[in-house]
Amino acid sequence: MNQEPLVRWDWIARNWANGGPTAISALLENHVVMAFLPVLFGLVVALPLGLACVRWRWLYQPTAALMNVTYSLPSLVLFSIFLSVTGLTRSTVVIPLTFFALAVLIPAVVDGLASVPDPVRQSAVAMGFRPVRRLLRVELPVAVPVVLAGLRVATVSSISLVSVGALIGQGGLGNLFIDGWQRQFYTPIVVGIVLIVLLAVLADGLLVLAQRLLTPWSRARRTA
Amino acid sequence: MNFLTDFFGDSSHWSGPDGIPVRLLEHLEFSAAAFVVAALIAVPLGMLIGHTGRGALLVVVAANAARALPTLGLLVLVVLLAGVGTVLPVLIPLIVLAVPPILVNTYEGVRGVDADLRDAAYGMGLRGRQVLFQTLTPVALPLILLGLRLAAIQVVSTATVAAFVGLGGLGRFIIDGLATKTYADVIGGAVLVAALALAVQFAFLLLDRVAVSPGVRQVR
Repeated sequence: MNQEPLVRWDWIARNWANGGPTAISALLENHVVMAFLPVLFGLVVALPLGLACVRWRWLYQPTAALMNVTYSLPSLVLFSIFLSVTGLTRSTVVIPLTFFALAVLIPAVVDGLASVPDPVRQSAVAMGFRPVRRLLRVELPVAVPVVLAGLRVATVSSISLVSVGALIGQGGLGNLFIDGWQRQFYTPIVVGIVLIVLLAVLADGLLVLAQRLLTPWSRARRTA
Repeated sequence: MNFLTDFFGDSSHWSGPDGIPVRLLEHLEFSAAAFVVAALIAVPLGMLIGHTGRGALLVVVAANAARALPTLGLLVLVVLLAGVGTVLPVLIPLIVLAVPPILVNTYEGVRGVDADLRDAAYGMGLRGRQVLFQTLTPVALPLILLGLRLAAIQVVSTATVAAFVGLGGLGRFIIDGLATKTYADVIGGAVLVAALALAVQFAFLLLDRVAVSPGVRQVR
């Protein structure tokens, strides 16, 4: 066992795209889909919910408490519970991960909108912006850095959490961990960890880039 | 819901080496051990980095790495490398994953203390160490406790997954249930872990109430 190298490159070459469902490239594709759908759904739901929480302040406390409870539940627990509802499908992983994304994104949206300075809001009102246009053209753009910070956390966590789904047979690259464990074979495990971390770094980098493009004023201020 | 009555109504689940009480105790034991070690490493380190400002990069890297590292992969790799069948190696990933949240929040807490407050403490004649322990720590306590809470939840959660690599604890019901397709066990185990996670969460909220000085809480 000790003679076994940590990485067998020929195994990677043979299994990268062997056409089957367990090819590394197929698992990677699966992983990406299962990791990004929850973040996407989370964002779509968190924006209106966050806005509602800002508009009706009394909503925020119970929502935050509920999100706090959700976030404290281990992913495997939620997967197991959803297993009895949605069976051995991707939804069993995607739905719980959407809740985790929501738990990060709703506070991010609320904090983001709260981060809009009052003078900015008042200027917008004075300039004749109606509420909806003010929200879209002034408040949301100013809130972008805080929302994106939440989105980065949600995305990276989601990418890493998908792999736990391997325990219920839907884990994208996480399946490599199970495979490696069952065969006492390091290579798939190392490949899985490296690809997941790379995917997380890549996604995080893209979001940082998005933030630079969406908020050109913050860069101008820093260089000024 | 008959899954629940199947699981909790079965008297064999309440006694013996794989009964609920024993599994719960195991879970608490591993979790507490990993949590205490992680806290002993991360709290002093976070306070030191926050106070001196040196090594802040380490904190940022640790925070990001911890979020990106897949728990299951780390567990499987460490246990395979260290040798299957012993408990100690399983504790390593548990500790590794619990350190960053404590480190980051302790650091942020100490670093984020109002500069005026810090200056006032120095102005009153306190020395570096006194400022850290008598001024910065109480003010940073809410964030330190938040870090500890996140770490505790992380540990309970990871310990559940660790059942896959042979650790005892409540995760056994889920993992064994999945292997044998006994869904009553899966659901029962999941409910137990959920209850444990919520209890931990609640305990830390209580601790927050008791430990944080009322003056600090008002500022928030």
